This record gives sequence, C-alpha cells and structure tokens, in this order.
Amino acid sequence: MIKPILAILSPLFAVVVANSAQAAAPVQLSSDVFVERLKQRPDGSTTMVLEEPKLVTPGDNLVFVVKFKNAGVKPAEKFVVTNPLPKAVAFNGTSDGLETVSIDGGQNWGSLPTLRVKDAEGNQRPALMADVTHIRWNLNQSLPAGSEGKLIFRGIVR
Amino acid sequence: MMKPTKQLAYALSTKRSVKATCLAASVLCALSFTGPAYAAGTLAGTDIENIATASYETPSGPIVIDSNLVVFKVDELLDVAVSGNDPGDIASAPGAVGNVISFRVTNTGNGQEAFTLTPNVAATGDDFDPSLQTLVLDTNNNGVYDPGVDTVYVAGTNDPVIAPDASITVFVITDTPATATDGNRAEVSLVAEANTALDTPRTPGTTIAGAGDGGSNAVVGSSGADAGDNAFLAIQAALLALVKSATVADPFGGTRAVPGSVITYTLVATVTGSGALTDVVISDPIPGATAYVGQSITLEGAALTDAADADQGNFNGSSIRAAIGTLASGERRTITFKVTIQ
Repeated sequence: MIKPILAILSPLFAVVVANSAQAAAPVQLSSDVFVERLKQRPDGSTTMVLEEPKLVTPGDNLVFVVKFKNAGVKPAEKFVVTNPLPKAVAFNGTSDGLETVSIDGGQNWGSLPTLRVKDAEGNQRPALMADVTHIRWNLNQSLPAGSEGKLIFRGIVR
Repeated sequence: MMKPTKQLAYALSTKRSVKATCLAASVLCALSFTGPAYAAGTLAGTDIENIATASYETPSGPIVIDSNLVVFKVDELLDVAVSGNDPGDIASAPGAVGNVISFRVTNTGNGQEAFTLTPNVAATGDDFDPSLQTLVLDTNNNGVYDPGVDTVYVAGTNDPVIAPDASITVFVITDTPATATDGNRAEVSLVAEANTALDTPRTPGTTIAGAGDGGSNAVVGSSGADAGDNAFLAIQAALLALVKSATVADPFGGTRAVPGSVITYTLVATVTGSGALTDVVISDPIPGATAYVGQSITLEGAALTDAADADQGNFNGSSIRAAIGTLASGERRTITFKVTIQ
C-alpha cells in the first residue's frame, strides 16, 4: 500500500526541489525597514538618521529598502518587484516615482492619480496614499547578469 | 536646525503634507480599511510584517521569489488628556456640601493603560480652598454623579484602566467653607498620570523597555504621559434687603398721625449679590393701636386679596404676608398695605 503512494508523490517532490534550486540561485531579493529619527548633534544641530525599527510608534516615518541582485549568469527577463504594504503602514511615496500601486489588495494596478475609491453608496473620490495596499515596480526590462539595485519607498505608521 | 540638503528638505515636506492628507482622509477611508481605525493610531503590540516579492521569466518558465521577512512591533505611546466638563464656573454657596466638579480623562495613547488621578483643591491665587471629600469614578458611565452608585476612587487601588481612544468621567466632590463670601472663586484641578510612566521622567520620547502592551516598549508621548485641567467654584450668595417706609394721611387732608389717620406702609425688597433667592416671603405684623384696612395689600401696584388663595398676598388677622417666589440678583419688589390709627 505504501509504495504506490510514494511513487505518486515523488515526481511532485522532484519538481518542487528543482524549482527552489532554480529560484535560489540567480536573483536575490532582500527587504529592510528603517525608522527615521531626528538626532541632536553635540553642536546642537539636528540631523535625520535611519535606525533599525526597534522603537516604533504611530506617526513614525518608515523607509523600506528592497535590494535585488541578479547573481546568475543569464539575464532575468520581465523583472517585477511587488511589496504588499503592511496593514499598519500608510504609503508615503517612493524615491523614484516609477511605481504602480493597487488600492484593492493587488487586483487592479495603476499610478495613484488614476485610481478612484468607491464607497458603499457608489460615490467616487480620488485615491489617496493612505488607500494604497500594494506597490509594484514593473521595470519592463531584463535584469542583466551581475546587475543589482534597490527600490525605496516610504510609509507612516498608522 | 535641519541640515540643509535637498534630500532632507524633500523628506520633511513629504512628511508634513502626507500627515495632513491622512488625517483628512481617515474618515473617508474607513470603508476601505479593514479593522477599526484609531485616532491614537495602531494598537500597541501590533506586529508590522514586511516581505517583498519579485518575479521574472526564465526559459523554463516564470520564477517568483520572496525576500526575507522583516517583523517589528508597534510600541505603546503613553498619552492622556484631561478636560473639565462644566461649561463655566460651578455655583456654590458658603457652607455648601457636596459640590460636584466633572472632568473627562481620555487615553490618547495606543495601548490599554491605568491612570493615577490626583485632585488638588489647595491652589494658590484663588479666593478660598474648598475641602476635598472624595474623588468618584462615573462607574455607570452616565455622566452624572450618583452618590452610592458611582465608585469612590482610591489611588493605587482602583486606578481606572482606559482603552485607547476611550475616556471616563471623574467627579471631584468638595465642601465650601462657611467663610467664603459672594463672588469668591476657588480653583479645583485634576491630574491624570499613566501608571506605566509613574517612575519615569516625563520627557516625551523617554522609553520604558518592555513595559508596553503585547511585549512592546512603552514610550512617553507628546503629553508627557500626564495631563490636567482645572475648573472653578464660584460663590453665588444673594442678600435680601428690606426697606420699610410710611406715609400718613389724616382725615383733614394733612399728614398728622391722629386717630382716624391712614398709614400706608411701603416695603421694598431688593436682592443683591450674584445668586438668586427662592421662596421669598415678606410678612409684616400690623402695629398695635392700628387696624388693618381690608383688601389694601398691593404687590408692584396690583391689588391682592386678603384670603389665603391663589394670589401671593393674604392677611391672617395679625400680619400681612406676600409670597414673592424667586428673586434674581438686582430684582426688587414693592409691597404696600394700609392701617388706620385707632
């Protein structure tokens, strides 16, 4: 009884292993989150620094950094990066302005000024940054072997 | 001052404009957000989890990869607001017992927090100090002091625990000394302190590691984790002054007091001070050797009957009586009656 089941499972298992091996190798993706803090210098002036998010309260400004690198030997075609926004964070813009956003959990995408929010009565209003649920960079190009970069967006703790 | 780089200037202007947008939008956005929205912000202890994904094409098909997961907690801001509920001064009187002054204590932080309440009746710079009787929590939450129903507050024993954005009503019950006089005012204040910050400097930004909800840190908020407000008792004492005068008309057209002369007595009642008097009754016995002239009582020039009936006046055989009712400060009433000299 046992042998046939294993026989059925094993091809699936092999496929999964192959995929993850493939995924792990060529492109690497990392996420970092920092919180902005005004720090006082010894001379009394202040400067903005980015800290690890060890102390975060509502209203704090967060900086999200997504780093990518093609560590393989072939270009990665149609490279797209997506970052669902944590529920407790309100979107506050990107550094490059090249993103598309979704305000409905990733079903529809567009630049923020083109999106509209519908309420229960069917009234519409322009979407605001606080409505954004997902951010996507559709770089619309291949990522050459060995190339790397980072994408930065900002958020506010609700 | 800020380092004058373009980068920083951008960061600051973005922060300002977007904060304003979010505030304005928060009501409108309520439908599109899941879960309740708090003015105080995300509840303390909430995990913020971030993970990015990337996809790309390979000859063998599309590949999707995840980034590492970043997890951190929202920490607890310790903030509170206190405001008096009474629109103006609370009226009191010399020797009054049980003045009720109402305050609202609101947890403007983002975590469940217990607060220590401290009333102060011994302010300086006011006219008198009332004596503190009790501090009472509006336990049945009806906004009205219900003696014996609402719970008397004992610091450290039943410090009220208030949810984020929620508030409670607190009553400061005082007695007024008999020595207070009309127009005197007394300041009564209430201070609320977040218990988590009781042993901490109240500088905004001070952190108490691990003391927040859900394993978060506690942070003294912009209020300094304490707040207070004050209200005033004002003595409204009214005084009644009564001035009596008489004119005499003799039977011969003169003003001599002889048998048969008619004396018209005029009683003027005037209220002074800042309060009002209720159930004011003026009575005057008929002098000896005179006889009351029937149906001669007037109030403000209008005749009153002698019978004890619906109108305010009556004569009981020995005194006249006028039940004037309520008189506010500055009001006056004039009563007249006549007697004949025997």
